[in-house]
Amino acid sequence: MKLIVNGRDKQFDGLSLQTLIASVSKNPEHVIVELNSGIVKKDRWEQTQLKDGDRIELVTFVGGG
Amino acid sequence: MTSLNDIRKILDNPDPRLTEQLAQQSAALTRQYFGRTIALYAPVYLSNYCSSHCTYCGFHSKNNIKRARLTPEQTEKEMRTLAQTGIENVLLLTGESYKATPVSYLKEAVVIAKKYFTGISIEVYPMEVQEYRELFEAGVDGVTVYQETYLRERYKEVHLEGKKSDYDYRYGTPERAGQAGVRQISIGILLGLSDDVAQDLHLLYEHLQFMEKNYPGVEYSVSFPRIRTIKGREFALSLVDDAAFIKIICLTRIHFPRVGINLSTRERPEIRDRAIHLGVTKMSAGSSTAVGGYEILEKTQQEPQFDISDHRSLNEIIAMLKTQNFDPVLTDWRPINNK
Amino acid sequence: MQNTISQIQDPLTIAGETFTSRFLLGTGKFKNKKDLADSIESSGSQIVTVALRRIDIETHEDNILQYIPKNIKLMVNTSGARNAKEAIRIAHLAKETTLSNWIKIEVINDSKYLLPDNVETIKATATLAAEGFVVLPYMSPDLYAARELVKAGASAVMPLGSLIGSNQGLKAKEFIRILIDEIDLPVIVDAGIGAPSQAAEAMEMGADAVLANTAVATAQNPALLAKAFRQAVEAGRLGYLSGLPSQKSDAHASSPLTGFLYEK
Repeated sequence: MKLIVNGRDKQFDGLSLQTLIASVSKNPEHVIVELNSGIVKKDRWEQTQLKDGDRIELVTFVGGG
Repeated sequence: MTSLNDIRKILDNPDPRLTEQLAQQSAALTRQYFGRTIALYAPVYLSNYCSSHCTYCGFHSKNNIKRARLTPEQTEKEMRTLAQTGIENVLLLTGESYKATPVSYLKEAVVIAKKYFTGISIEVYPMEVQEYRELFEAGVDGVTVYQETYLRERYKEVHLEGKKSDYDYRYGTPERAGQAGVRQISIGILLGLSDDVAQDLHLLYEHLQFMEKNYPGVEYSVSFPRIRTIKGREFALSLVDDAAFIKIICLTRIHFPRVGINLSTRERPEIRDRAIHLGVTKMSAGSSTAVGGYEILEKTQQEPQFDISDHRSLNEIIAMLKTQNFDPVLTDWRPINNK
Repeated sequence: MQNTISQIQDPLTIAGETFTSRFLLGTGKFKNKKDLADSIESSGSQIVTVALRRIDIETHEDNILQYIPKNIKLMVNTSGARNAKEAIRIAHLAKETTLSNWIKIEVINDSKYLLPDNVETIKATATLAAEGFVVLPYMSPDLYAARELVKAGASAVMPLGSLIGSNQGLKAKEFIRILIDEIDLPVIVDAGIGAPSQAAEAMEMGADAVLANTAVATAQNPALLAKAFRQAVEAGRLGYLSGLPSQKSDAHASSPLTGFLYEK
């Protein structure tokens, strides 16, 4: 399926949000997820299934003033 | 803010050089924030009916004086006469009597005043927020209310009866006026009423700081009337001599650069003429402190609230100010409607 | 460095929490993470700011949080937000990590000067404070705006010293002074602090704390400069507490005003 992750198109063959995150981040512990403008809490990542066209924002902490 | 002890030290210090130093500082600040303007106004005593017993006042309830209250027609005559002298800012005064001069009476007087004056202040009994609001919307720009003394014990001693005996209600009056949206508020103490001028001054400063902080949109001024005798009885517990008086004015200017400092005709001409160089920014002129004193005194045969020491007319005061290089201001900008 | 007596008796209190350090450190623009870790340590800071950004999904970057000790209070700034709505969104995202509910509201819709939008900042503060966040708004020093922020529920105000990244120090000094005098919340001078002397200057004036980022991050020796800032903030605070003698303006020779009181 085609997802839009952080504004970019991405092909994804997995099913769940958990799988997606694991594939792009070394430290999922501090990743915050927005799926189609709604925040998905960490304990729901496994159960959340993705579908074609989903928009996902993955954000985390970076340095800032 | 200067501590109470330091205020005391300053007032007690007889060194003329200290007085001069304070005066120079005060003069510079006044010049900086007020330029050379002196605001002029005159009082109109509408009524001397009073239900409070303040031992030091000529109008107090137990004093056997002739009482009078101007009717609307008399009010109009008084105001017309006063307005003809050129006065634009008027201070309406009454004794403390809700009954004789209720808010409706005051409102009527304000409506008449609006025909003749551009600036209207009131120095009457303390009232509730809605009442101030009503008067504000009718055209009152300023509210004057003096705590007289901030020392509770002394306050109790001299305010024996009536609403005025309630220290806290009176203390909360400027705040209620602020809550009502009144734009100019004037507070003050009667110098000499208490035996501890320094503490009275310090508490006044605290009150003013509180008001400035919580009602920052208001224009403030302070007055320091020095107590006068009534009928020979001395009510002053302390003597505030001219030097202390000048120091008080200067200290106030130094602490509150933007606050107006008012000097009434209680003070003699020499003091008034000097004080404008030192921090005073507002004076009454051509005043009468008797009910009906401008036009109909013969009719009312009223005694004045206090003895005037400066009897100069408005024109004489204006002439004096101009020769001293001051800028007499009869009227100030004000909003078209009080809302 | 040992706590001086003044630190023990003079804590910085924000939203009911006390801190002994009055120097806040921003974590942006550091060349490498080691510099950041060393700087945090030598600065003595107990509050640091971080931002939220999209993960770079191409490269697997180290997470910055690894370099920030666990006992340090994290303050997430809403940088990137151009209006209140975006700032609120970022705050909600930050809340998900449950690491901290401290938010530095930074709403900037101006890429030339990077000046904060006070109006949007007030809106965001009101919403987020009501939701239970500890809100520290970054603002242009304006008394009316500061009063609104107090009303909106802010836990401190953070006026800029000068433009972000400019290292110009306290260009807004007199306006910050007004806030220090009139606002009852802690005043934390943020932005534009380029040298320890400027941090000391802010503290001497009565500021409750200072935040610096660019100066430290872009210094040749960040950790050393962080230490200098720490000392400057402490020195400035001690100077303020000691009651610096006020600077007297020259007495102008002018004719005596009160001679009349004493002549016979």
